[in-house]
Amino acid sequence: MKDFNYSAPKTVKEAISLLTSLEGDVKVMCGGQSMLVLMKQNMISPDHIVDIKGISELSYIKYTDNEGLRIGALATHSEVEKSTVVREKYPVLAEMEDNLAVVQTRNWGTIGGNVCHGDSAADAPAVFIVLNGKYKLMGKKERIVDAEDFYKDLFEVDLMDDEILCEVQIPPLPVNSGVAQDKLMVQKGDMGIVGAAVYMKVNPSTGVCEDVRIALTNVGPVPFRAKNSEKVLIGKVVDEKLMEEAGQIASQEVSPPSDVHGSEDYRRDMARVFLKRVTAKALQRATQKK
Amino acid sequence: MNSELKDLKFKVNGKDVELKVKPKMLLIDVLRDELKLTGTRQSCEVSACGACTVNIDGKAARACSILAIQLNGHEVVTIEGVAEGNKLHPIQDAMVKHGAIECGWCTSGMVMSARALLFENPKAGREDIKRALQGNLCADSGYVKYVEAIEMAAEEMRSDK
Repeated sequence: MKDFNYSAPKTVKEAISLLTSLEGDVKVMCGGQSMLVLMKQNMISPDHIVDIKGISELSYIKYTDNEGLRIGALATHSEVEKSTVVREKYPVLAEMEDNLAVVQTRNWGTIGGNVCHGDSAADAPAVFIVLNGKYKLMGKKERIVDAEDFYKDLFEVDLMDDEILCEVQIPPLPVNSGVAQDKLMVQKGDMGIVGAAVYMKVNPSTGVCEDVRIALTNVGPVPFRAKNSEKVLIGKVVDEKLMEEAGQIASQEVSPPSDVHGSEDYRRDMARVFLKRVTAKALQRATQKK
Repeated sequence: MNSELKDLKFKVNGKDVELKVKPKMLLIDVLRDELKLTGTRQSCEVSACGACTVNIDGKAARACSILAIQLNGHEVVTIEGVAEGNKLHPIQDAMVKHGAIECGWCTSGMVMSARALLFENPKAGREDIKRALQGNLCADSGYVKYVEAIEMAAEEMRSDK
């Protein structure tokens, strides 16, 4: 790892002013659980690290019926996983965390770091996209960006040099909706070889799918929103045949990488399989009696 | 680039420690090279094996994947801080008695993961223990005895109270 300079601001304001004044290659670090892996391999070698893990004002998980969930960027994965309100209102997030890396990583790694890292195999971005999440960014002024629009390319996100992510905002879930997430892993805690997250809302009297959002991970440079697959399902009573059709469409549309974990063809097929599997789970949750 | 040395003040095994570190130093470098606490294993170095697990503020974390400078104000416990003098911690004692330790390479990490678990959840059962050890690899594949030993220790610790 190359040497770098280091600052640890204690407030958001201090962090922004540092980011505005520092020159050279500056990176913001939170838990560093992903970034250090890249730094050790000299894939990135910043001149200066601005460590925001000490900004305690960004460490919270709050819920209100009107606004929904607000996760401060510094909340650790373990805090999200164990949060009572997360488990009650958004159990999909606790399930996601259970399969996200291992205990030690979840204890130090943060939700903000995860979503800003921009790894297309990451779990949280896809779940936030289907939950219609937004990210609150702070720089010279505050900016709110849809989670879906935040991802620009592999490891490239819509974050300016003088901005940090402060909060993930998730609206309340409508009644008669269900959310699920799963990924292809060799071992529990692996990055997904392919992953899927699905939100679905179903009309309780007709059984018709009124709304659906599907996002796939590790099938391209950024999380893939399967809009054409969604179109197949919206307005219909979703069944096995429709889910297969939706899966087929996505498997043709994605542009997955080929690597030691899976060939392009294999990932295409797994995109189909996981889209179907996770959609079926979201459907079941949307229709089960509470 | 020559980076400036930074002050690091934290607690290690109950003692206040103050030293100057390069920002790029990892927690494991400070523990092993500066403080000579070599019970924390340097193994995969890429956050895959869990042999370097320590407890930070009571929680399991990987010393190979955290910048030491981030520990300012925190409290770290390593395997050297687990026993009380010559009296082994119940987890260590159970591992010895149950024959859980094979080559011993992963043991300190296993103990630290188990310690964090039982600190947080003294009622932890077999499934909780397996989950807590998920991030600790044993090259001898000696997981069963570790899990059993930790179960025994948990029971022992509960009956002590």
